[in-house]
Amino acid sequence: MKTSHSIGGGRFAVETYEFGSGEPLIFLHGAVGLTGMDPFLDELGKDFKVIAPHLPGYGDSTGGDLIEDVTDAALFVHQFMDDLGIKSSYLMGHSMGGMLAAETAAHDTSRARKLVLVGPAGFWIDEHPIPDFFAMDLSEMGTCLFHDPKSPLAQLFLAIPDDMNQLADMYVERVKRLSMASKFLWPIPDRGLKKRAWRIAAPTLLLWGESDRLIPPVYAGEFTSRIKNARLTTIKEAGHLLPYEQQAAFCKAVRDFLKG
Amino acid sequence: MKFTWFHLMPYRFLPDDFKEKYRSVWVDIPRDLYDPKLGHRLYNDYLDQLEFADQMGFDGLGVNEHHQNAYGLMPSPNLMGAAMARRTRNASLVVLGNSIALYNPPIRVAEEFAMLDVISGGRLVAGFPVGTSMDTNFCYGEVPATIREKYNEAHELIIKAWTEKEVFAFNGKFTKLRYVNLWPKPLQQPHPPVWVPGGGSIETWDFCAEHDYQYSFLSYFGYIAGKKVADGYWKVMAKRGKELNPYSLGFAQVVAVANTDEEAERLYAPHMDYFYNRCLHVYNGFADAPGYRTQSTIRSGLLAQVGREAALRREGMTWKDFVDQGYIIAGSPKTVRDRLTHAMKSLNCGHLMILQQMGSMPPEMVRGSTELFAREVMPHMRGMWSGFQDKWSPSPLPESERAMPAPINFKRAETNGKTVHAAPHDSRSAK
Repeated sequence: MKTSHSIGGGRFAVETYEFGSGEPLIFLHGAVGLTGMDPFLDELGKDFKVIAPHLPGYGDSTGGDLIEDVTDAALFVHQFMDDLGIKSSYLMGHSMGGMLAAETAAHDTSRARKLVLVGPAGFWIDEHPIPDFFAMDLSEMGTCLFHDPKSPLAQLFLAIPDDMNQLADMYVERVKRLSMASKFLWPIPDRGLKKRAWRIAAPTLLLWGESDRLIPPVYAGEFTSRIKNARLTTIKEAGHLLPYEQQAAFCKAVRDFLKG
Repeated sequence: MKFTWFHLMPYRFLPDDFKEKYRSVWVDIPRDLYDPKLGHRLYNDYLDQLEFADQMGFDGLGVNEHHQNAYGLMPSPNLMGAAMARRTRNASLVVLGNSIALYNPPIRVAEEFAMLDVISGGRLVAGFPVGTSMDTNFCYGEVPATIREKYNEAHELIIKAWTEKEVFAFNGKFTKLRYVNLWPKPLQQPHPPVWVPGGGSIETWDFCAEHDYQYSFLSYFGYIAGKKVADGYWKVMAKRGKELNPYSLGFAQVVAVANTDEEAERLYAPHMDYFYNRCLHVYNGFADAPGYRTQSTIRSGLLAQVGREAALRREGMTWKDFVDQGYIIAGSPKTVRDRLTHAMKSLNCGHLMILQQMGSMPPEMVRGSTELFAREVMPHMRGMWSGFQDKWSPSPLPESERAMPAPINFKRAETNGKTVHAAPHDSRSAK
């Protein structure tokens, strides 16, 4: 269900997708944002109250100008939780959202009851440079994001609408989103998490697609070596978009970890 | 009408299969394609050409800033400005310009421009481009979302540094300085004329109108396509109640003159092909980083200068197409005179940025085309816009007050027991 929350005394209007009931599970999306068709969120809604905000500057969420760096973004997440009356909850982030979730959990160690980081950004290893997502065309994105770029799912993601107006809208929205993402990721996504990750106290699950060609699984070591209570699960036949590509395995891993 | 002889300083020796073999002339072009020994020749040839243009009576000599590419070999146009300041006499030094968001702190630009202005006796035009997405975002790592804000702050600081009488503190978002105190200050007071080159971002028009700067539209689509941008600019100026003074608009146009139209095609066609198909072969992903162009510019439908769409538009175009569509104005002096006069009238443009060295054009050809233009085209167009005052050209010191470089005399070295051989001029050019 799509709803809107007024956050920070009206500074942000936040388009939020909410599913199910139970313990709150906050999900922070990646650089491209939510698609509005994110079935793994529905699925997780069977066990949790899933709350997935569109970050400011994404979709209908406003206030993007107020967020300029990861600190602003993490403070926004804190404010979002405050205004929703959530002192502490399960916190999950994918890719760029994983980076922001980790920052949030490092700032205030009581925020995340448990932390799930899915193919998170936030580090840079010279020997394993992350491909330049911002310079990719659609076919390159397909190769980088999916285990199987030829799958119907991948084709759906990479489809270009025939209608010119629709195409223009899609292009402008994409530029708007990636422009926000550039504040955290451009030109290299290392924004100092390596100095702060040690503070993360929540039990943490790293989830990685085995064939993630955007942020390769070797990056998991940056997190597991710094976060005291972290473990890694890799998922087979999944790329960077593992929640979409291997929904069942992904949801099971999340559920087992949070319920366990 | 004023004429600035503009040099892009391309690398002339890209392989024939460059476009097929490599994805981009910019950002990640392989370094081993650059031969510094050839580069040595090129820089010296190109400076010779600019100096020649000064001697032929052009009003300005244009250079600009680009990074990590074979399209234009001037990461620092100020170095070229310095070289020209000593070896040219009359023409303005149109440094178009420094991408001011890239300098940390940006007073570096205020300082270097002040130096150039003082050395040249007040001949500097200070250009403040945002810079292409390739240069600023991909090569210099600027965050696309904030580069325009950073540009605006840098601009504010530079102008203040030039004009403020006392030492001041600057508390910007991107730059914080406790003491700003420019030494030297520019010779032209309050500061050199400012030109803002743009590729068609609509915000630039307002910026120029607000500050009374000259707007220079640098496009390679030619004057017919450029009219849309010029019209947009004049519309903004009219709306703000500004005088529609042609000298407040600059326009870059590729021009190639020969004795006849046929000769122009025979001589110049391969080099134009080199320019459009190698120098402009920019990987689409580098053309326009997300957030580099504002949403309103994207919505305005103005085409990005480089990238897939721009390349598609040129796909399969012949010499005749390039000429017919106004990308190139080429032919006999009469043909060029007529078309260029028509072009400048249709744009209401008083500052022509003329591009006469394009792509792989060798020195003797550049010289020939430049000389023909200076002798047989320029005088006929001089009188255009005589009713308007050009408020955007430099005001140098009078000739009588200007310092002249001492004559070069290598014989002095011989008296110290050393002999310095200067190579004869004609053997120095890169063939």
